[in-house]
Amino acid sequence: MAKSKPRVKAPKKASAGDVVTIKTLISHKMETGLRKDKEGKIIPRKIINKFECSFNGASVFSCDILPAVSANPYLEFTMKAVESGEYNFKWTDDDGSIYEKKSKLTVA
Amino acid sequence: MTNISRREALAAGVGFATITMLPLSWAHADKALVDKAIADFTGGASVSEGNVSLDMPEIAENGNTVPLNVSVDSPMADDNYVESVMILASGNPTPGVATFHFTPLSGEAAATTRMRLASTQDVIAVAKTSKGEFFQAGTTVKVTIGGCGG
Repeated sequence: MAKSKPRVKAPKKASAGDVVTIKTLISHKMETGLRKDKEGKIIPRKIINKFECSFNGASVFSCDILPAVSANPYLEFTMKAVESGEYNFKWTDDDGSIYEKKSKLTVA
Repeated sequence: MTNISRREALAAGVGFATITMLPLSWAHADKALVDKAIADFTGGASVSEGNVSLDMPEIAENGNTVPLNVSVDSPMADDNYVESVMILASGNPTPGVATFHFTPLSGEAAATTRMRLASTQDVIAVAKTSKGEFFQAGTTVKVTIGGCGG
């Protein structure tokens, strides 16, 4: 399978006290572990099982994910803009791989 | 050639029909599993209705990606915020879908994602606040094509 590519849409600027919306998506097949291949063997589970978003090291939002989440898991959530700094987005795969992405926010 | 009476032929037909229909019963999470998941999440505390809004389409044409939006009415202050929201699907092979964890920095206790639904079923959201209160909401989604590779 092609390498998972995380994508994030988070505002770069905000006023102090604003609640900003962050949208994330990662390309991933999210194999449930319930499907069978042509020989009738179960295809092993391989999903993104955890997503975490932190800002300047403080946790903003996280999510435990189970196979019932669709392929290419999409997550939209909010954050209260208090200070300028850096978002850190982290996805954890069943096979132990970690995909990360960072972006900056300036609070005026 | 052996003679088959009309009665025997009919009986054979009925038997065949029964056999072919049996495998249609789809394995899915039953109510006991859903109740257990809620009990594990709440630790046995009582769950009240309300405060949670679970927004999903009434009819989903494709069960592979059904949009789900959950939001909980909360001030999201340091001493009173929504800690987590668990999503359960009563008619999937396993009821668990996802658990969202919020912090006061989240600003709002709201999240959107897309989920799989195997068939027409109820989806339930259970929220836990920092004060140890539990709220839930549910909605029924009609599914035209199931989304579990079945």
